[in-house]
Amino acid sequence: MNVLTVLPATATAAPTQAGEPWINMTIFGLFVAITLVIVLRASRNNKTAADYYAAGRSFTGSQNGTAIAGDYLSAASFLGIVGAIAINGYDGFLYSIGFLVAWLVALLLVAELLRNTGKFTMADVLSFRLKQRPVRIAAATTTLAVCFFYLLAQMAGAGGLVSLLLGINDKLGQSLVITVVGGLMILYVLVGGMKGTTWVQIIKACLLIAGAFVMTVWVLAMYGFNFSALLGDAAATAGTTDVLNPGLQYGASGTSKFDFISLALALVLGTAALPHVLMRFYTVPTAKEARKSVVWAIWLIGAFYLFTLVLGYGAGALIGADAIQAAPGGVNSAAPLLAFHLGGPLLLGLISAVAFATILAVVAGLTITAAASFAHDIYANVVRRGKVDPDGEVKVARRTVVVIGVLSILGGIGAQGQNVAFLVALAFAVAASANLPTIIYSLFWKRFSTRGAVWSMYGGLAAAIVLIVFSPVVSGSETSMIPGADFAFFPLKNPGIVSIPLAFFLGWLGTVLDKAGEDPAKQAEMEVRSLTGVGAEKAVDH
Amino acid sequence: MGTTPTPDAGQAGPAAALGAVDFEEVQQRPRFRELRRRHRSFVFPMAAAFLLWYFLYVLLADYAHEFMSTKVVGNINLGLILGLLQFVTTFAITMWYVSYANRKLDPIAAELRSELEAGAVPTETGGSK
Repeated sequence: MNVLTVLPATATAAPTQAGEPWINMTIFGLFVAITLVIVLRASRNNKTAADYYAAGRSFTGSQNGTAIAGDYLSAASFLGIVGAIAINGYDGFLYSIGFLVAWLVALLLVAELLRNTGKFTMADVLSFRLKQRPVRIAAATTTLAVCFFYLLAQMAGAGGLVSLLLGINDKLGQSLVITVVGGLMILYVLVGGMKGTTWVQIIKACLLIAGAFVMTVWVLAMYGFNFSALLGDAAATAGTTDVLNPGLQYGASGTSKFDFISLALALVLGTAALPHVLMRFYTVPTAKEARKSVVWAIWLIGAFYLFTLVLGYGAGALIGADAIQAAPGGVNSAAPLLAFHLGGPLLLGLISAVAFATILAVVAGLTITAAASFAHDIYANVVRRGKVDPDGEVKVARRTVVVIGVLSILGGIGAQGQNVAFLVALAFAVAASANLPTIIYSLFWKRFSTRGAVWSMYGGLAAAIVLIVFSPVVSGSETSMIPGADFAFFPLKNPGIVSIPLAFFLGWLGTVLDKAGEDPAKQAEMEVRSLTGVGAEKAVDH
Repeated sequence: MGTTPTPDAGQAGPAAALGAVDFEEVQQRPRFRELRRRHRSFVFPMAAAFLLWYFLYVLLADYAHEFMSTKVVGNINLGLILGLLQFVTTFAITMWYVSYANRKLDPIAAELRSELEAGAVPTETGGSK
């Protein structure tokens, strides 16, 4: 009899697991089996590089928008935000607002112009009118760095999730599960390419949003669809109305308030610079479809975050912050515990399978992005100087997938126990610092030069990473990665407020100091192409 | 190979054929300048507006705890309402931009595109099917 042992109010004896592991595993196994069949079917047409990296540009805006939502709503969003709201109340909600509003940057400034000027990667856009080699190397470096941070976050999340859902508590068992998840992901990406990955993300997004919707309606129904009553109960369970007001997490001190501004900046400017999001815009045939993708993504993501608001306060009211924190998986266990409270082992199994699928899909999307960047930018265009046939490029991309997959499994095993939401926020900060200034400048600033791009990308990347290394995240407090040491001279946990303006400044400075300038004909061509879509690669017929 | 993205093997789309187009001349055409003006005069002010509104909200949530904790209806306070308003404005700007782009941007873009693709290579119009 190992049905949930969490609910007793005397949460002194830490419960070991929730629900029936075999139900969780069966449902997850079903998901894997169904998606594998779809991936295999989808992969039959993977021939050219455009097929492998961009799914033959054959997805519609609504399909791609759903896949973007699937890519974006990672385990950190689902488990992390529900948990953050359950425990920190209003401050958890602040995260989700930044994650949503950020999509307007992508919609207004980036998506369509990028679709019209590039082929597979971010570097395609930057090297359109700037000098190919230095810009590609820089862009591939920043892409790989962002993917690495994001991958670590997802894989670390997988370990924590496993302990809760499958009742595997020892390190060896968790490592084994991370290896299985990583191996499956390699298989998906290797066989399915972008098309297979996209289908996994679409299926996962539908399951996740449907699951969250059902739970939201369920929770609201328990309170007679009176949101105010739910809030009242959440405050009653917490014993304080502070959970309804801002400040519980970030209001502690002047530094933590400032840290929140830094985080908000990174969130709002990072989304439109995440390489795996940018790459998704190439899977549709036209800029209009790219626009439609973002619109779909905004509706789905917005709706989902509204659900998490209800779920978070629901978990806070029905389960309580103490019981959540005492459960294995800590904060991340709020959503699964709520599912069990509502629908018993079956709903828990469904939600758990969805959470696993989430990690799998996001990791697959990141891996194909990193592999494309390496094979297309570094290997094909820098090492071979463009003298490579697409088959050779895809071969290199596939090998890169295996290497990145193995690295992320090792990293995930090493990063077990790290705070997932944090690692994701850092990935956003690195993306906003290293990528966004250059993307914006090259699309909108006529004079922007190669030197400006290179300074901005390396400067932003270096500043973000150096500040993270010397921040309280890495050393100086008991929750740091290296708790014993203290070399944290930078007080903020998120570097965005320094590194993002610095990267914008470096891009401007490098350009102003660059006397050589760039070819005005190329600038003219890029501007005309970006706005009209003339000459943009269309869908590949099959 | 130049800095232009090359078309895929076996896929001679218009990207290859546009080599003859003088883009600097196109850039100076009144129609194109009108398209660029319409695009920028919408997206720049809108981006500035939503960023200001977002950071105003962030600063209020960060520094004006008392104000945000003001109860409005039942347990629903100003902070929650302003937060939900961020959702509303995001959805509204999205719909506004889509309708603007459909009416004001897409027609000119399509017009210029067909002009260029037809003018560049009369023998191979719309090379990509």
